[in-house]
Amino acid sequence: MLRRPGEPGSGSIMGRPEEIMTPIGKASFPEPFRQGLEYSSPARGPWNIAHTGMLIPEAHEIFICAASCLRGVVLSAAEMGTQERFSTVAVREKDLLDGDMEELVIDGVTDIIEKLPVRPPAVLVYTSCVHHFTGCDLDMIQRRISERFPDIDFVDCYMNPIMRKSGLTPDQKMRAQLYALLHKRPLRPDAAAIIGNDFPTDEASDLMELLKGNGLKVHEITSCRTYEEYQEMAESSYYISYYPAAAAGGEILEKRLGGKHFYLPFSFDGDEIEAGFAALSSFLGVPMPDFSEKRAAVKHALAQTLETVGSTPVVIDYTFCPRPLGLARFLLDAGFCVERVYVDCISGEEKRDFVYLQENYPDLTLLPTIHPKMRFMAQENPSRVLAIGQKAAFFMNTDHFVNVVEGGGMLGYEAALRTLALMRDAFLHPKEMKKLVQEKALRCEGCL
Amino acid sequence: MKQTARIISTYSADVFGVCSALYELGGMTVMHDASGCNGTYSTHDEPRWYDMESMVYISALTEMEAVMGDDEKLVNDIAAAAADLHPRFIAIAGTPIPAMTGFDFEGAAALIEQRTGIPAFGFATTGMNTYVRGASMALEAWARRFVRRDPQGGTGVARSWDTEGPAANILGVTPIDFSTNGTDASLRRFVEKAGFCVGSVWAMGSDPREMEKAGEAKVNLVVSAAGLGAAAALREMFGTPYVICFPCGEKMQNAAAARLQEAAQKSTVSVCRSSLSGGKEGDVPPVAVIGEGVTSLGIASAIEMETGLRTSVLCATECGSGILRDTDAVTPDEDDIIPQLKGRSVIIADPLYRPICPAEAKFISLPSEAFSGRMFRSEIPDLVPDLGYITEKL
Repeated sequence: MLRRPGEPGSGSIMGRPEEIMTPIGKASFPEPFRQGLEYSSPARGPWNIAHTGMLIPEAHEIFICAASCLRGVVLSAAEMGTQERFSTVAVREKDLLDGDMEELVIDGVTDIIEKLPVRPPAVLVYTSCVHHFTGCDLDMIQRRISERFPDIDFVDCYMNPIMRKSGLTPDQKMRAQLYALLHKRPLRPDAAAIIGNDFPTDEASDLMELLKGNGLKVHEITSCRTYEEYQEMAESSYYISYYPAAAAGGEILEKRLGGKHFYLPFSFDGDEIEAGFAALSSFLGVPMPDFSEKRAAVKHALAQTLETVGSTPVVIDYTFCPRPLGLARFLLDAGFCVERVYVDCISGEEKRDFVYLQENYPDLTLLPTIHPKMRFMAQENPSRVLAIGQKAAFFMNTDHFVNVVEGGGMLGYEAALRTLALMRDAFLHPKEMKKLVQEKALRCEGCL
Repeated sequence: MKQTARIISTYSADVFGVCSALYELGGMTVMHDASGCNGTYSTHDEPRWYDMESMVYISALTEMEAVMGDDEKLVNDIAAAAADLHPRFIAIAGTPIPAMTGFDFEGAAALIEQRTGIPAFGFATTGMNTYVRGASMALEAWARRFVRRDPQGGTGVARSWDTEGPAANILGVTPIDFSTNGTDASLRRFVEKAGFCVGSVWAMGSDPREMEKAGEAKVNLVVSAAGLGAAAALREMFGTPYVICFPCGEKMQNAAAARLQEAAQKSTVSVCRSSLSGGKEGDVPPVAVIGEGVTSLGIASAIEMETGLRTSVLCATECGSGILRDTDAVTPDEDDIIPQLKGRSVIIADPLYRPICPAEAKFISLPSEAFSGRMFRSEIPDLVPDLGYITEKL
């Protein structure tokens, strides 16, 4: 697969996965691998903050950063065909010294808005690490630009990855700020909002069936086509999140708009799914669904999929869904030959699955995706494996893979059913892996 | 307002220029950055990423490390990776936060070199200049460190080129300017047609051991501004003359070949370009070419030679002094460019410039990885052998 340029200096480049793989039985929690320099594999499916911000209909994004930071987001916007809704202010070296960062932001935002052919109802103003480090007065900026353009709703957003280990991550903040523009309005007791997802929740999902089956009007940002439709989300009495990075936004929304937030964990475990839905039903004041048919359907789908896939090794990566270890457990318990899970660190939500796997499947192999040696760990020849997730497909060099990121809008038993269906399909029908995994922000065009 | 872009893209940044220039040379390049730069570079600026191995990483800097000045972690992480991967050299390149905290790149490189025994470079890029600056400083530093000062001596891998006749190096060749569409091979063919053997190409397709012998060349051809630093270094180290020229199209190639021969014989430094006179004072040339300075100048000059139409270069990146013509302009920002487009009949530029071009002007799309990344990669032409891609649309 890879061609090597000039020979390395004093020795050979290492390229055997055995040198870095760790049996889960010996792995530490939550960081199984030494953290250091980081490699970036070519798998590009997960969304970034520029993609997520575009979910607010008709809103305009303005990024104020250095060129190296702008480069990725401006081309993200261009690649998804939204450059009309995207502008930039370049921070230059002199701006670091002049102490006029606030002025640069205010004047830059003003200049861009005045040049726009159509006045947007909302503007997302993204500042960056340099603003944080210069102690830029972001509240003052927000006040000034709001005074200048009272007809526009402004929201402060952040591209400051240096803060990813200090409090909320940029991804969590972005998902919270998606709803910061909602204007308070009277709450409707029969309206609920699913929040924080990049992908629309499947209509067939257990969650949608529960909400709509009990007569609730369901709002989701991915289905809003106008800014007014987006504003209607504020009428919701219930905010439901199920993507882990969205939960913090739900709590913020609860305090600001007065509805109630509920976090329903994504899971492949029947007991956890049903416990979650029992709690959600109680929270909404509706009857608990009868899951007996779904349980049976999952059991049948597992058998059907196992018959199709047989002893083919299965490899999973963390970009597929928030619970890669939970998925490994689900499949291993059903008799699948899960060999590897690619995961750089393990979330707190997965601790139970991690311990279970340590005790019951100690030989399950963990591999990182960002460790420097992973640069040389992609299989040269196509592997006879079934990969679940883009990074697993890339590293194993297989066209037989499930092409989904961030859970893809799946939830509850339906997530298990759909995952199994996608596994069968991937096993039987190869895809053009090299092309597909390099596309940025999987399915984003369909969600905007 | 300067520094704003309502709709156009952003050029690849200095830190990515370092990575691109050093990509094929067997070293390990570390962007001292929190997160994001590695994904941006490998997605948008590096067409070789999927198919050609190279050790390009980020340091994954955190807030606490930056605030506390914990440089030891960076040094340790690099040393650990180097012990595993055995790079020929190590390069650290900066991004905005290290620029703000005053990170000492040269000092860190010296420490890393001492710790690992591997030659190390520190590049104080800031992420706030274009790729041209980073690529140029990287190739210059590599030249000063690795090009043999006794090119005819020595044994083993550093033996002299096995060439018949005088040799020329081609400087400033990276995929950011020329993609991976065969332009580098076409440039080699041009140099051979001009009467020289190709010593090395900086830095695509040449073994670093070939580049170490660059001092043997009779002349250097600088095909983009990314090659200017190395050209100046080789001039200083060996007195090697150079010609600044992107040789595209037949007439431009003839002029460039003559200029290379002249430089080799007389040891001159020159720019090969056309400058048509004509038009009333104040008239703007009808054709504008937007892009990197040296390549755009080559294209603009070739158009003048082939068609007789007057041209201007609107240079959006750093370019050395004395290269551009009076009719050209340096236009780094959207607000610099827009006034320069008024009155043009033809605009030749990356497709992401189209939204700011006057509707009445004919727009000829000339995609560039430097501006639109991978978006139009399959449409990027190799203009060296044939300028028809442009002249047929004029």
